Amino acid sequence: MDQYVIGVLVSNISGVLSRVSGMFTRRGFNIDSLTVGETESSGFSRITIAFHGDEDLKERILQQLQKLHDVREVEVLNKNDTVIRELLLIKVRNKADVRQDIMTAVEIFRSKIVDYSTASLTIELTGETSKIDAFIELVKPYGIMEMCRTGLVAIERGENCLKTVK
Amino acid sequence: MKISGAKIVVETLIEQGCDTVFGYPGGQVINLFDELYIARDRINHILTAHEQGASHAADGYARATGKVGVVIATSGPGATNLVTGIATAFLDSVPMVAITGNVPCSLIGRDSFQEVDIVGVTMPITKHNFIVKDINELADTLRMAFKIAKSGRPGPVLVDIPKDVQVAQCEFTANAQPVIPYPLAFAPEDKLMQAAKLINSCERPYIYFGGGVISGKASEEIMALADKIDAPIGCSLMGLSAVPVKNPRFLGMQGMHGHYASSVAQDEADLVIALGARFSDRATGNKNRYAQNFSIIHIDIDGAELHKNIPADLAIKGDIRDAVDRLTALCEKKEHPEWSARIKKLRKEEAKRTESALRSAYEKNCENCAAQCDKSELPADHRLSPYDIVDIIAANAGDVTVVTDVGQHQMWTAQRYPFSKPRTFLTSGGLGTMGYGMGAAIGAAAATGRTSVLFTGDGSFGMNLNELATAVSQNTPLVVVIMNNGVLGMVRQWQTLFFDKHYSNTTLDRRTDFVKLAEAFGAKGARVFTKEELERAAKEAFSCGGTYVIDCAVDCDEFVLPMLPPGGSIDDIITEIK
Repeated sequence: MDQYVIGVLVSNISGVLSRVSGMFTRRGFNIDSLTVGETESSGFSRITIAFHGDEDLKERILQQLQKLHDVREVEVLNKNDTVIRELLLIKVRNKADVRQDIMTAVEIFRSKIVDYSTASLTIELTGETSKIDAFIELVKPYGIMEMCRTGLVAIERGENCLKTVK
Repeated sequence: MKISGAKIVVETLIEQGCDTVFGYPGGQVINLFDELYIARDRINHILTAHEQGASHAADGYARATGKVGVVIATSGPGATNLVTGIATAFLDSVPMVAITGNVPCSLIGRDSFQEVDIVGVTMPITKHNFIVKDINELADTLRMAFKIAKSGRPGPVLVDIPKDVQVAQCEFTANAQPVIPYPLAFAPEDKLMQAAKLINSCERPYIYFGGGVISGKASEEIMALADKIDAPIGCSLMGLSAVPVKNPRFLGMQGMHGHYASSVAQDEADLVIALGARFSDRATGNKNRYAQNFSIIHIDIDGAELHKNIPADLAIKGDIRDAVDRLTALCEKKEHPEWSARIKKLRKEEAKRTESALRSAYEKNCENCAAQCDKSELPADHRLSPYDIVDIIAANAGDVTVVTDVGQHQMWTAQRYPFSKPRTFLTSGGLGTMGYGMGAAIGAAAATGRTSVLFTGDGSFGMNLNELATAVSQNTPLVVVIMNNGVLGMVRQWQTLFFDKHYSNTTLDRRTDFVKLAEAFGAKGARVFTKEELERAAKEAFSCGGTYVIDCAVDCDEFVLPMLPPGGSIDDIITEIK
């Protein structure tokens, strides 16, 4: 099973996220991650959906998405030619004996400490999923207090764009 | 000129060519009903007994004509009562616009009296739905609803209109024409050429079509293709009436309760050409054992149906009429004498099997169900066979719309009725909605002026018989034929076959007198036990011009045969009860 990342351009109106996520629920398709946000045009939002499946499942998801009235454009992003990023915010225990190790990890992963207190360190990290996963594994022994990750956002390299042709 | 939102709704409906709407008033649609009253010379509103009946009536109106059916209900329970009707229309791809009132925008989200999030509720069972919070968007939203409902693969659209939007005023100018659907997708030529190549080289072609052929108006094209490539034709339940039953190539419905000949022919084919059909589990049986020996060409207007249930060897998205027409031109004129001979033989076999199965089922049940349905009160010959009922009604009916509810009677009607033209068979295929029939029959009669014949069972009829009130008040030409076996026959049949005859909650044990019931509603009725009595009642029913209920005594152990057991394949076909 491969992971697919699809970009979906939708009309920016209320309820559209329910329609898209509801379609996945109703059809029994599983989502790895789903993100939604503004685009360069106020009329459209962009949803990035990642899921695992085979070619057949991918086709079915594309077809079902295209049937939704508010969906303007759907495209499977070619992972070799796409910048894929995720943002992690993670809070770990700030203990004197491991502080230096954490600082080193932060530096090597080119992440950032965005909050510092006597009890905790909050780190911000951007990168591909594998990098985020690796970082979490690395700091796990130090004591993760809480974390959240955004899910994938993705954009194609070069001139290729998701266009509204519909 | 500025007019109210309620008036905009009515004017837009008229602009969209709507002559009749179905509905039920309530607190949040009073304004709308006021405008319907004012415009009553230009648009007819039919008041039903229950919103569900209205939704099925709008569905029946749409199926009988191909036009968009419109239903109106108030907020809260009015809106939720539409849900079954909307889902029924969604599963069978029926163009419908449902209009609901809602509490004023300022009260939304506060659990106000009769408030429900009907847009949220109906999201998975509509093609699309809207809530209109700005009066300036009302007219165009309604137009868009019609456009979506009738474009491509049709379906229901719901428009929720809060009360304050109905009250507010804005400028309105009616359009000269109804909205036109989005342009249809057309099948790519290269794909059709590949299809023709497959057809030209096959030896045993079989055409399997579905409801898409009715909504796509492709009946003639299907028959022309079948003639040219010398193929037998079968269909799903939804396809029935698209091809006349008397067409010599037509083998009837296939699938769980399909005709023996069509099910077997399909299994023995080397190429199945699926047209406007979606390989429902009821039409194919066990997916993993389906299509072991044949290739599939699948043509449908909805790209999402291709490869969805059954992977096709060649899948083509496009308008069915255009695609079949062009495909026929690309195919060589063929004859398959061996295959034709085999089909002939299958038909003969089927006739024999039907006869003997009916006989043996009847003899069998006479002995074993006395306790269940208190048969002692009637001699055995005071029972009508379901096929006799269908035959006698058909012989007396003339040009009618045939409607069914859901269950055994539905399958017997589907198997036996001699349909002759499209849009004359209305049945809930996808959702299987018991209680669909009364509303749909009223809607169809209102749309066409033709008499509706509703075949129903005592179970299904019990679900929405309140609509007899509507039929009587509308003086609907409607003949209700109840196949009354005192049990929920279809479930009972499964219990007999697969649950050791544990007749859990399927023996009705009711004492309903359907003749008195009909009379209480202001209709006429007769209870019949023999063919002669049925013949007499049918004559009276079809000449009375109004609503007539014929309560037919049927044995509780009549079976729908043949039967492909759920999850089974053609090898498991049950053609008689031993």
